[in-house]
Amino acid sequence: MKNCEYQQIDPRALSVSPLSAQNPAETKAQRPRRKWEAFPGKNRFFCDGRLILARQNGVLPLTLGLIVVTSGLFFAFDCPFLVEHLTVCIPVIGGLLFLFVVASLLRTSFTDPGILPRATAEEAADIERQIDTSGSSTYRPPPRTKEILINQQVVKLKYCFTCKMFRPPRTSHCSLCDNCVERFDHHCPWVGNCVGKRNYRYFYSFIISLSFLTSFIFGCVVTHITLRTQAGKSIVLAIQESPASVVELVICFFSIWSILGLSGFHTYLVASNLTTNEDIKGSWSSKRGAEESGNPYSYSNILTNCCVTLCGPMPPSLIDRRGFLAPDEGIPVASASEIELPPFTPKSEANMCTQSTKDVLERMLRSSDFHGLCPSGTPKTSPLVPEVPGAPPAAKPPVSSGCSRQLAHGAVVDPCPPFSKSIRRDSLHSINPAFRLASPSPTLSRSVLVVGDGPDVGFPPQH
Amino acid sequence: MSDPLFPDGTCTQQHAVKNRYQTEIFNMAETHSLQDMRQQAAVAAKVFVQRDYTSGTMCQFQTKFPSELETKIDKQQFEETIRTLNNLYAEAEKLGSQSFIEGCLACLTAYTVFLCMETHYEKVLKKIAKYIQEQNDKIYAPRGLLLTDPIERGLRVIEITIYEDRSFTR
Repeated sequence: MKNCEYQQIDPRALSVSPLSAQNPAETKAQRPRRKWEAFPGKNRFFCDGRLILARQNGVLPLTLGLIVVTSGLFFAFDCPFLVEHLTVCIPVIGGLLFLFVVASLLRTSFTDPGILPRATAEEAADIERQIDTSGSSTYRPPPRTKEILINQQVVKLKYCFTCKMFRPPRTSHCSLCDNCVERFDHHCPWVGNCVGKRNYRYFYSFIISLSFLTSFIFGCVVTHITLRTQAGKSIVLAIQESPASVVELVICFFSIWSILGLSGFHTYLVASNLTTNEDIKGSWSSKRGAEESGNPYSYSNILTNCCVTLCGPMPPSLIDRRGFLAPDEGIPVASASEIELPPFTPKSEANMCTQSTKDVLERMLRSSDFHGLCPSGTPKTSPLVPEVPGAPPAAKPPVSSGCSRQLAHGAVVDPCPPFSKSIRRDSLHSINPAFRLASPSPTLSRSVLVVGDGPDVGFPPQH
Repeated sequence: MSDPLFPDGTCTQQHAVKNRYQTEIFNMAETHSLQDMRQQAAVAAKVFVQRDYTSGTMCQFQTKFPSELETKIDKQQFEETIRTLNNLYAEAEKLGSQSFIEGCLACLTAYTVFLCMETHYEKVLKKIAKYIQEQNDKIYAPRGLLLTDPIERGLRVIEITIYEDRSFTR
């Protein structure tokens, strides 16, 4: 079949037919690489680019584990008693809350927070040219800022030396992930990812639902012990009959303070259309009194602000994780000098889900380095790190701070199969093949230009 | 004589199929000829249309006409393209009842609804991709220009590639 020869047409000349297996021989000989394998930021990718996580994701298994263990103890030890004495709704509500919390957490952790791809070499060169010639920007090389007017207010855009572009407003560079993230809120070690434009709503629903869950469990456990005591027993005896309840009580008691505080803080942020980053830096601090007139992004209406942040349209992922690199193309978005592909072996190793999650667990156990974790020192309960590089850790992360503290859990070991569908959909959302198919020519011409010669290049496979 | 590909077919059948194949390949060659020409043309320059942040973080591009394009394309046409793109992006990011309902539904179903549904933004992005393709084919390619879909540049810039004017002289 491979040797069929037409008298008139040589299919290899156009190499669009499936019979021309010989022409892109090199392409087929080496597996076409996906773009996530050449991603310049410090992220880990699972399930062939569908899931994204920060490299330092040490505490996520702890979070997940704490949630699952506490809920498990609740269902196992408290629910039977409460179902018997009260109502069957209790485990039902608890179950729903638990599922919602876990779904939100995983969604927050594995969603691209709004990472901006780095500027291409030509873009960077163009910007450099503009900086040198324009009179309004500061002429001295650092710091490079550009002032623009947003809603009649002056906003300074900073130049990111890593990503080689002027950061859009509200974008910040996370030093832990080494990416610019749009509408950067903070890097949350508890969820193992940055919280930015695309996953803020999941993060918010996570902490709100977690508040409800911990309050619910706390209330139920207290009711449980009270009921046991009311039957004439002493409280010590009641506790002895149900020791798990004490564990749950302790965990929930400490969780509630921090989680409720965090929820309240983020509700305030949502209502005033602020990010944690802006709040901590005091970018729009009320110099003009109590109104939030400093913030050019805020609508005057709290409800509108909430809708914009939580119910706005879901922006697409700007990094094309699952697209294929053209065979002769290095990093699709190169830093100014390098075009070659640097070896990103950690990512190819992390291709296998179980392998990488084992890494995660090991790292979590090994590392006591919470340098991304929760500096105290802000008057509000905002225990999460802004992108201050190398932020010194809090003395130790006290149990009462932090977004949530739940223990590690084994279900993390194989996250892919149960979530493969959602992730597949996520990948379809994030990287829509229609974009590539609709305009194949720019990619072609671009890749060809990198190579340097035009003719006789077969059409590289689109997917 | 028997064609190796169609050992059992009759002569006429073989020729008919082959003719169809030839036509198909010729048509493909025609559609790809534009890309062929671009592959053979050298890039003279690239112009970047930056984002316009005056109305906030919404995705809008500057309508200022770049000086490098003065000889290549009509200013009105260029501004028309940019303005249409801006409108399309505004539509994608619009806070209407549709996006609100979509958001609420997603929240209620623990975000599993996106397994079966495409978001509104993505639908509009597809529209944008089609519009850019159409603009390229009708207006920009004949002038030796090429618009790159901003989504391929992280919605930061609209990259306009100017090709050297040798294969397009008619």
